[in-house]
Amino acid sequence: MERTEAELIAAVLRGDAASFEPLVQRYSPRVFATARRYARREGEVEDIAQEVWLKAFEKLASFRGEAPFEHWLMRLTVRTCYDFLRAHQRNRESSFSELSGPETDWLERFVTQPETAAETAAAAKLLVGRVLEKLSPPARLVITLLEIEDRSVREIAQLTGWSVPLVKVRAFRARAEMRKILAKMATDKYL
Amino acid sequence: MNIAELQRKLLAAARANAPDDRVPYAFEKRVMALLASRPEADRWILWTRGLWQAAASCVAIALLLGAWVFFNSTASSNSADLTQNFENTLLASVDQNDQAQ
Repeated sequence: MERTEAELIAAVLRGDAASFEPLVQRYSPRVFATARRYARREGEVEDIAQEVWLKAFEKLASFRGEAPFEHWLMRLTVRTCYDFLRAHQRNRESSFSELSGPETDWLERFVTQPETAAETAAAAKLLVGRVLEKLSPPARLVITLLEIEDRSVREIAQLTGWSVPLVKVRAFRARAEMRKILAKMATDKYL
Repeated sequence: MNIAELQRKLLAAARANAPDDRVPYAFEKRVMALLASRPEADRWILWTRGLWQAAASCVAIALLLGAWVFFNSTASSNSADLTQNFENTLLASVDQNDQAQ
């Protein structure tokens, strides 16, 4: 019979480290999906996921069981991703002149006939990835959680450990930062 | 170019392309192996971290006590000077009389 989450956690806390493995197996897909939002290279994604699980093991005693384990783990994952973003703030000053062919085509289509530039196109995905990489770590985190994952301000506050007003301020700044980056992209490309 | 519309389209593109949740083969085994190899190293890290924190606290306390002693002695010497000056001023006329005689 499959053991419940609470039983597994209790066993790990009693010293049975092997009971941690089913938890890793069960929740790793969520951790990997979240990490892939912030890291592009697969090696970086694996490093983040590994760190999340090592931290989870270390801090398991602080899990009080009031909320589901998944929520606690997601908080840990988001905070680890944020630490990763802060530690890897590179290439943010590079220009948009090196856009690939499909990305340039998509942009040109957007300029001439906006309605034909499909949001599902692979080029749009590449382009948004490029724009997100240029955002500052707090802006990227808040844009991802608020605009892409469609979470509420309160949820973001819980996930990040920021206060609700701080999330609102950072969201406002993040949108402005993104518009500034897009304006720069338009200037680099068309002026 | 309509920047607000471009922003909306790109965010919609990001929403439409959710990242996949594929987990590398035997990832959980790797995590368990890492956990098994950690305890000894961790104990040393904790011990070293504790020592550094204790050293930092000791330095901070020493600095605070040093500053307290320094400012206290300066303040008391200042008050001694003030007392002396007050006494000199008060007894200036008496001193002048003594010197005249």
